[in-house]
Amino acid sequence: MATEFHNLQELRHSASLANKVFIQRDYSEGTTCKFQTKFPSELETRIERSLFEDTVKTLNNYYAEAEKIGGQSYLEGCLACATAYLIFLCMETRYEKVLKKIAKYIQEQNEKIYAPRGLLITDPIERGMRVIEISIYEDRGSSGSSSSSSSVSGSTTR
Amino acid sequence: MSAVMITRKVRKWEKLPGKNTFCCDGRVMMARQKGVFYLTLFLIVGTCALFFAFECPYLAVHLSPAIPVFAAVLFLFVMAMLLRTSFSDPGVLPRALPDEATFIEMEIEAANGNVPPGQRAPPRIRNVQINNQIVKLKYCYTCKIFRPPRASHCSICDNCVDRFDHHCPWVGNCVGKRNYRYFYLFTLSLSLLTIYIFTFDIVHVAMRSVVSGFLNTLKETPGTYPFYICFILLVCFFTLWSVVGLTGFHTYLISLNQTTNEDIKGSWSGKNRVQNPYSHKNIIKNCCEHPVLCLQKTTAPLIPNEHTPDEAKASAVSAAEKSHSPKEEQPPTAKLPPLASPETDAETSIAKDKPH
Repeated sequence: MATEFHNLQELRHSASLANKVFIQRDYSEGTTCKFQTKFPSELETRIERSLFEDTVKTLNNYYAEAEKIGGQSYLEGCLACATAYLIFLCMETRYEKVLKKIAKYIQEQNEKIYAPRGLLITDPIERGMRVIEISIYEDRGSSGSSSSSSSVSGSTTR
Repeated sequence: MSAVMITRKVRKWEKLPGKNTFCCDGRVMMARQKGVFYLTLFLIVGTCALFFAFECPYLAVHLSPAIPVFAAVLFLFVMAMLLRTSFSDPGVLPRALPDEATFIEMEIEAANGNVPPGQRAPPRIRNVQINNQIVKLKYCYTCKIFRPPRASHCSICDNCVDRFDHHCPWVGNCVGKRNYRYFYLFTLSLSLLTIYIFTFDIVHVAMRSVVSGFLNTLKETPGTYPFYICFILLVCFFTLWSVVGLTGFHTYLISLNQTTNEDIKGSWSGKNRVQNPYSHKNIIKNCCEHPVLCLQKTTAPLIPNEHTPDEAKASAVSAAEKSHSPKEEQPPTAKLPPLASPETDAETSIAKDKPH
């Protein structure tokens, strides 16, 4: 019986890593970045299927938006080429902007939905866009042993 | 006498396996052998310097001052593209962390079942469907991952590279998803520069010959002058055939949405009649929607050169699991002065002498 974790900080300090699930890429539509929405069986007891699918679908939409080719992207590209790509010293590419949005979204999802259920999503960019890694944590207290983890003190710089 | 503990963030590139060299705190990433790259630099800079020194004064006066100006612009563009290609991450795929590697191994064992002793295990292949075609993903024993489609392992750099084209010694780096655009622009602009210099070299000699005869042209100016003309002509001549040919070849590849690696291996051609699942079957569409060349920076830095705290924390948390010691949860430290013994935990610290 896992206790509720109230925030990400608590998760890292009072829980131990039990397992990891890896959501693989969906290549059915080519090499564009898209992840499978199939619900892994390990998460069945931890989170609702709809929440998980929502997260993955939103991420897929973000990646599709980032890789979209259109008038604006051509313009950005031509401008960049004309300045020998020096313009990117001053401004961010649209893709990088979307990556930042994705990082923020994942952080938000972790805080609101996943950490309270003892889960943690790793940004796929940390894994080379190959997998979405979801870490499953177990509360240490529930393992039965009175661990000395509560003696962990001191400030951790964040 | 307490040792001074300086908290130093370990950059991701410092922990990267593989045979790359890094400079400028991870902003520059190259292969180990850089000799041919220096040769490329020398040839381009040397030839252009000679052109500007010996030919431009005459051409600017007798033809137009726009000629050296345009040559300078073109030269700067070529250098920018060359350095961009050489110094940027080609699209290296980070190796699987131990958890993921174990997970993949378990999956493979489950798929293969029990292999009787003495018998070879079946090859590690994963089949995926791309645009209604089955593509086989191979397992990389070094990186412990199933390579994404179009990725390949470069033995020189010892990395898996996404959309691997080839390892170019002239540029001192792999050419992959993240720097193919710069590589193509480099070859294109270098072709133009070579043609430009070659043309105006000949024009220069011709103009002088018209005025004072061909042989006299070679005699009238300082003795080493013919040497420089010959050097420029020779370099341009050989560069012309090789670089222009290379540009043509890559233009052909782009129109078919193929990589050099696929072309050499004959993945989509020849007897097996397997078609390229990534090609749109329309040349215009291939060029305009080329995933790498469509002139937008679409690729993510697969190995960010910054240090992210999660890396240290994740390893710190797992280290804490093993020892329950509060000391381990501190960020990675490097102990200075060298009297103190450096931490041996490879995951969390690297003992380096250089100050930070």
